[in-house]
This record gives sequence, structure tokens and C-alpha cells, in this order.
Amino acid sequence: MNLLEIKNLKMDFGKNAEALRAIDDVSFTIGAGETVCLVGESGCGKTVTALSIAKLVPAPPANYVGGEILLNGRDTLKMSARELQQIRGGVVSYVFQDPGASLNPVFRIGNQIKESLKLHKPEKANDAEVIRLLKLVGIPAPESRIKNYPFEMSGGMQQRVMIAMALASEPKLLVADEPTTALDVTIQAQILDLLSELKQRLGMAILLITHNLGIVGDMADRVAVMYAGQIVELSPARELLRRPLHPYTRALMNSVPKLQGGADRLSAIPGNVPRIGNFPPGCRFAPRCPIARPECSEKNPELLEVEPGRFVRCPFWKTN
Amino acid sequence: MAGGMILIFLYFVALFAGFVAPYSYDRLDTNYSFHPPLLPRLQGPHLVVPRYEQGGGVFSYHIVENDSKPLQFFVHGDKYKLFGLIPATIHLFGTGDNDYPVYLLGADQFGRDVFSRLLYGSQISLSIGIVGIVLSFAFGMIIGGISGYFIGATDTVIMRLCELIMSIPALYLIISLRAAFPADMSSAKVYAMIIIILSFIGWASMARVIRGMTLSLREQQFILAARALGQSHMKIIVRHILPNTFSYVIVAATLSVPYYILGEVVLSYLGVGIQEPSASWGLMLNAAQNTEYLRNYPWLLAPGAAIFVTVLAFNFLGDGLRDAADTKSL
Repeated sequence: MNLLEIKNLKMDFGKNAEALRAIDDVSFTIGAGETVCLVGESGCGKTVTALSIAKLVPAPPANYVGGEILLNGRDTLKMSARELQQIRGGVVSYVFQDPGASLNPVFRIGNQIKESLKLHKPEKANDAEVIRLLKLVGIPAPESRIKNYPFEMSGGMQQRVMIAMALASEPKLLVADEPTTALDVTIQAQILDLLSELKQRLGMAILLITHNLGIVGDMADRVAVMYAGQIVELSPARELLRRPLHPYTRALMNSVPKLQGGADRLSAIPGNVPRIGNFPPGCRFAPRCPIARPECSEKNPELLEVEPGRFVRCPFWKTN
Repeated sequence: MAGGMILIFLYFVALFAGFVAPYSYDRLDTNYSFHPPLLPRLQGPHLVVPRYEQGGGVFSYHIVENDSKPLQFFVHGDKYKLFGLIPATIHLFGTGDNDYPVYLLGADQFGRDVFSRLLYGSQISLSIGIVGIVLSFAFGMIIGGISGYFIGATDTVIMRLCELIMSIPALYLIISLRAAFPADMSSAKVYAMIIIILSFIGWASMARVIRGMTLSLREQQFILAARALGQSHMKIIVRHILPNTFSYVIVAATLSVPYYILGEVVLSYLGVGIQEPSASWGLMLNAAQNTEYLRNYPWLLAPGAAIFVTVLAFNFLGDGLRDAADTKSL
């Protein structure tokens, strides 16, 4: 059994006539100890999908109209508030984009980590455990750091503290929502190294949300590429990077500058991501697609397994 | 910060009122009605208290020459209870002789020492502000936090209730409520009633402001992070949202204390507050209503000066705290 199974998840913002479909038929799985990357442009539904795992999108306005999210075999969408509080932080922990905004500015970081312990490991809610966690995430001199306020730390340090808080309860799944976007490049590398190292040591699964394809190569076992609320390609990372199948994935890869490339203009994907509620008929990528055909605008293609383990939402993936 | 120093001094004195005051608040001596204020004089190495005698008209006093008593420190006098608990008789100063009263601020119509009553009165007048603020702000913060955090119907109901309460003219409510209770309520009960009524009206405006701040705080990422950790709604409000409003609340509380002090003063002045023989500043001013008294015995206005200083000190302190808490202004 997979640790996480998302099956045909459909979620609207708003109800009835005003409903806007934010997630449309998203399915993927994460096995124990596996790293899955969720890649896509801003606004394509990555974060909302990730937050849905612990039902963290406030409802209303969110409205789940179909599908299920099985975490350890139980559907989180059907859980009571109390059960959800157990799950959140207990089975699935989150690390967010901006560590400075994720820590409460008026409390010392030691107390914030302790709060996480109190919720899920009350017998271990003491300074010694907090110091152990800070050591685990590589914060030097943790004994003196527990008295620091968040603003007394650098962004990289703050993100380490966030990771320590997320790890306090030894979750099965760590959801990292663009954990390095707010950090500079060297710190990014450190944080990613830390995540892979912790994954090895603690055996947890990671769902990593990013729009940086470089990170995908470093971290991911499998990749799900999202576009306009749908998964367009789901594939083992190595194969996806070597030979992307969906035209959108190909376009994404082409827009990454290459070291050995010439001084040509960077290729960009023409047009913009369609706004939610204003999706084109048929394939949502068709208006921007270099290989689009007239029939693409008629029917939205299914996500089909075209090679073992490789799923693509495009019937013409063989065309170049 | 001068305001803060003055307030620390005032509250300290109020705490030790029984010890600092030379007499008890209800000790009367009709031989000395409207005794004028006096200052101990320096005679050789000693401070002495001159004796005043009545003569030449009603309540007109003159000093009896060469008749004085040295001022003593730590003398035995009227009984009192320190902090309301420890019985004691030692006073900071006095003459130990009833024929030589030390009326630093004169005496009222019953010959009670205005200075002593001022100190005892400060216990009531100053504490009403603090207790009232604590009550109404605690209530207002929790209600406002709930309202802003849960939004939707909860928010609408709470906010309409706040508006309802804020639309009631406070003074009339208090006077009519007071009329509903027996006239001879003990001062302790009246004290509690004043605080409850003033807080009942005061929490609504606090709740509105806290709601507004909560509306913006609830969208912050650390609230999402707290929810992602599995924290419950009430704990998020109390432990994560409200502490982020403290820098505002402390300033607002300091600036609001004077309203509670003045509220008590107004009620007591109108005769619906603290009752005789207890002392409060408003009640003492009530005795100074008569214009003839005011012309002849202006020292009866001493509590007015005390109120003035206290309110001003709170406002200075509040301004200072606001400047300290506001990191945006230069």
C-alpha cells in the first residue's frame, strides 16, 4: 500500500454557478520513503493540491467535489476536525516557502519547536529534545539558539528551524512547498542536501513542490508536471529529464538555460497560463502548444500510461 | 517616561495609603471643620506643627503663636490594615496629639483630613482603572479574536452585538442600572458594580480593533504553519494571534485607563458611585460642588489636581509607549 494515494481529486473554489475548478482530476501516489516532485508554473494548483492532503485549504471557499486522498489508507477529506489535528504534523508535516513568515515573530524558536512536540510527542516536550532536533537540522550551537527570536536568524537558519518543527513528530510524509524559493542559491543547496540527508536517515517520504527543474534532477524519484489544475505528465524523474514526452514539459525544459548552449535567446513558452475559470476547451495547453492540431481544441485528452510508469496527457506525444 | 515615574509613585503610595496617611479616612473631628492646609515649619533642628484656633467668624482659623508640637515620624495612630490584611497602627508621620492635627491639605466639613482621604481614595480611583482595563481588554481581545478568526456568521453576530453595545449611552445606562439597585449598597459592592458596568461597555470597541488585526493576522503564513502542525483553533487564537496584537494593546490599554478613572469620578461625583464614608476622588469632589465652599475652602479641590496629574501621566506614558512600539515612524 502506498503511503499517499490521491485519486481523481477535484476541487472547486466557490459553489454552484460561481464554482471555479482549481484541481481537476489529479491522481498520483507517493510510496513510503519516496520523493515526488510537483512541478509547474505559478497558479497551476501545486500548492492547493499539497495543502489538500491535510485538508488545509479553508472550506469554504474550497469545495471538494470528487475523488479521495488516502493517507495511510484513510481518506483525509472525510476526517473529523479532531482526526485532522492528529494527522497534521503527526503523519504529514509541512515546510513552506517563506521561512520568515512561517515562524511566529513574537515567540522564541525553542518554544515554537516545543509547541510542535507538545502536540504530537508530549512526553518529549523538553529542551533536550529541542536541542537534538536543532542539531539534526544542522544549526550550530543549538543550546544558545533556542532562546533566539525568528528575526535574529538568517533565512537559511529559519528554514532549518521550520524543518526541525516539521520533523519533531517524525512524520511519514514531509510536504515541502517551494522550501528554497526565498533563499539564495548556496543556502538552497544546503537546505536541499539537508532534506535528502534527513530523508535517508529518517526514511520519510517527501512531496517537493518546485518550479526549479534543477532541483527535480537532484531530489526526485518521480515527477508530476501540473498545468492548469491537471497533471499533464507523471514519470520517473530520470526518464522525464532525459526524454520529456508532453509538449508542455518539453517547452519547460527548453526554457532552462544550458551551460554549453550558445548565446541565443532563451526560448520561452508563448502566451500565458490560462486563468482559473477561463480554461480553453479541449486540451488546456493547446493554445500555446507548438504541435497543436485542430482536434486538440475539441476534447481534453486523458492521462494515459504510454510506457511503463510514464503517464502523459497528450495523444500526439510522439510528434516532435 | 516621566509619566511612568509619576504613576509608579502614585500606585506605590496608594498601596501603602494606610501607612503614609496620618489619619484614617473616616476619622472625623468636628472641632476642626474646614481646617486650612498647613505646612510643618522648621524650628531649630525640628519640624514643628503649629496649632490653629478658630475665632473671628465661622470656620476661620488663625495660628496660635509659640504653641507647636514637633512632628514625629513612625508614630502610633489610627488603626489600619496594611494591604487590607496586616493590622497596624504605625504611621509615617504625625504628632501623636489630637490637639495638634497635621492637615497637610486641610480638612473637610466634618474635620476629616483631606490628605489622608486623598490617599485612601487613590486606592479606589487608581485600581478601578487597572481592574477595569484588565477585565474589558481580556474579554474584548478574546471575543475580537474569535470574531476575526472564524469570520462569516460568527463574525457578523459578534460585530452587530458590539455595535449595539457601543450605541448605548454609557452614562445613562450606569445611572439607570444604579437606580435599579438599593441605594445603601456597600462601597465594595458599588466598586465591583462600577467596574463591571464600565468594562461591559468598554470591551466592544476593543473587540472591534482586535477583530480587524486578527483579520490580517489570520492570513499570515505562520497561522497556516500552526494549522499544519495540528494546532486547534482556540489555541491558534490565544497563542498565535493575540500575542501579535500586544504591542498595540499595551498602548491602547494605557491610554484607556484614564477613561475608567474618570468614569468612577463622574459616577461618584453624581452620587451614584462610592458612598460615604469611604473615600474616592470623585466622591471628595462631590463635597466641593458648593460655590461658597469653593471660594472659602479651595483645598477641597485637591482630588481634582490628583485626577489631573494621574490622567496626564497615563497619557504621557501611553504616548511614550506608542512611540516605543511604533517602529515605522522616525
